[in-house]
Amino acid sequence: MIDCKGFRMVHIKPIWLLMVFLGVLATMPARAELVIEITQGSREAIPVAIVPFANRTGNALPEDIAKIVSDDLQRTGQFNPLDQRRMLSLPSSSTEVFFRDWRMLGQRYLLIGSIDPAGPGRYQVRAELYDVNTSERILGEVVAGSEKSLRDLAHLISDLVYEALTGVKGVFSTKIAYVTLHRGANGASRYQLEVADADGRNANVILTSDQPIMSPSWSPDARQLAYVSFEGKRPAIYIQEIASGRRTKLTNFRGLNSAPTWSPDGRSLAMALSKDGNAEIYIMDIQTKKLERITNHWAIDTEPAWSPDGRTLVFTSDRGGGPQIYKVDLAGSRKETRLTFEGNYNSRPRFSPDGKKLYFVHQRAGAFRMASMDLQSGELSILSDTSLDESPSVAPNGSMLIYGTSKGGQGVLAVIAVETGAKFLLPSRQGEVREPAWSPFLK
Amino acid sequence: MKLIDLRKVFALSFALAFVAGCSTAPTDTTGVENGGYDAETSVGAETSGLSAEELERRRLEQEQRAREGEDAALREVRVFYFDFDSNIVKPEAHLPLQAHAAYLQANPNVRVVLNGYGDERGTKEYNLALGERRAKAVERFLVVSGASASQIEVVSYGEEFPADPGHNEEAWAKNRRVELVYQ
Repeated sequence: MIDCKGFRMVHIKPIWLLMVFLGVLATMPARAELVIEITQGSREAIPVAIVPFANRTGNALPEDIAKIVSDDLQRTGQFNPLDQRRMLSLPSSSTEVFFRDWRMLGQRYLLIGSIDPAGPGRYQVRAELYDVNTSERILGEVVAGSEKSLRDLAHLISDLVYEALTGVKGVFSTKIAYVTLHRGANGASRYQLEVADADGRNANVILTSDQPIMSPSWSPDARQLAYVSFEGKRPAIYIQEIASGRRTKLTNFRGLNSAPTWSPDGRSLAMALSKDGNAEIYIMDIQTKKLERITNHWAIDTEPAWSPDGRTLVFTSDRGGGPQIYKVDLAGSRKETRLTFEGNYNSRPRFSPDGKKLYFVHQRAGAFRMASMDLQSGELSILSDTSLDESPSVAPNGSMLIYGTSKGGQGVLAVIAVETGAKFLLPSRQGEVREPAWSPFLK
Repeated sequence: MKLIDLRKVFALSFALAFVAGCSTAPTDTTGVENGGYDAETSVGAETSGLSAEELERRRLEQEQRAREGEDAALREVRVFYFDFDSNIVKPEAHLPLQAHAAYLQANPNVRVVLNGYGDERGTKEYNLALGERRAKAVERFLVVSGASASQIEVVSYGEEFPADPGHNEEAWAKNRRVELVYQ
């Protein structure tokens, strides 16, 4: 980052641009577009005016920066962007701002900016955030990149604004991985593993198969995905480098090869295998491929997830009759303790990034819903109002939970902003979309 | 416990299979009760004048052939259904599975894959394990009935490839299944 006339200069890492570029070349026709449908807003949202950015490039631009930032902030449920048609003026620099107008409109914050040329094929986007009540500037940023990276630049501005206003790092520049399924008229299936921006745009196909692809899990550096693929009609666990497509088959044992999840230190994968009889939890060292068996029970043990400190695994087991969530302390006694007692179906746990909560699937009155449990108090809350929910995955700042559910008989992704209760859906324009995995922060 | 139960069931089912084997209409369950009499009378009508031993030999041969035909018909049943969150092999699956087991026992080079499936409710990875448990229950039944474990492979697909794409109780019942596939 370079300091430039009081603005911070932020450049998009070329590796991501390269990745996006390669992905687009390889997979243009088949990628699934995800579209956002907001299903529930939030009442306590902070009013913020995001003024259309002045375009000083002389070219028509493919992206509307202010619209992208506005959509990003609105989805959190924490902000309520002002409708552009209600704005009395459209300032793009501090001298054009009349704070009284924005106070009159009841706005707390004001974001203005412009897009300027920055050499051949490159643009720089300048953004300034003001506190309407104090008239103080909270933030001044300049970010630069190619025309193709304008969306990325917009998400970067969203991240900076979000962090300036909440103190929490934004997740608008992160990615989601998910699996799509298209059923052809001839009964054939096409499964695709895809990676898209957190808002569902810029989808890139990572793997295509006529056999199931399941359980994507990100490496902590967000450069690789572990997943299960049934190519060859037998399940195997693979890890794949996203940028290069290079991949390694880690396991193809007899029986289940399932539910890989990457350890927080990036060295191991927890997984469920049945090579020794029935579904048990194992940890594999990725370098040496050495396996360590964690559970040993005649019941099903599967769906392992790591605590953020890497010292605990939680998993689903039906040793108590139905599926419930258990934990095992990896550092200490290895004693397995049951965590969920409410209801007869609790499964597929994931930790919040602070390690204080678990998210999982909970059955109540015949419906399978997203639930969270406070690990200190044991208190359980139902978060979703959909009914065939599965595959929870938490954004790296803990603010949002993405999961797979069903709408009109089709698999769709759904997101809940956990603090505000705001909700939105990410359906695919064609086919089903399922098993989302939210990436860690991109380095 | 489970083994003992299965053996009892096996013995009972075998007896039923024997009776059913005499029937000329294997899919018609109402024929089971009097099927035996039909077979005997028809044998008697064709072969008057032969010795009692010869008559008995031919009668057993005919029964054997009938049973083989019956077994072939039973082996056409290759999908076995399960209750929600259950891996109990249902009684109606016993006769077909015994026919498959007998065939596997008689043909040691034949291999089968048992594909386990679940319905869409609940989580994918747990359902994958549940699908495997169902397929393994069928595997145990086949082994107890005479097949060799080395002839059988279990692959679970969990919620994938639903037999019925619907989202109701009727569809789910069709999707909780194990499919037996000869290789």
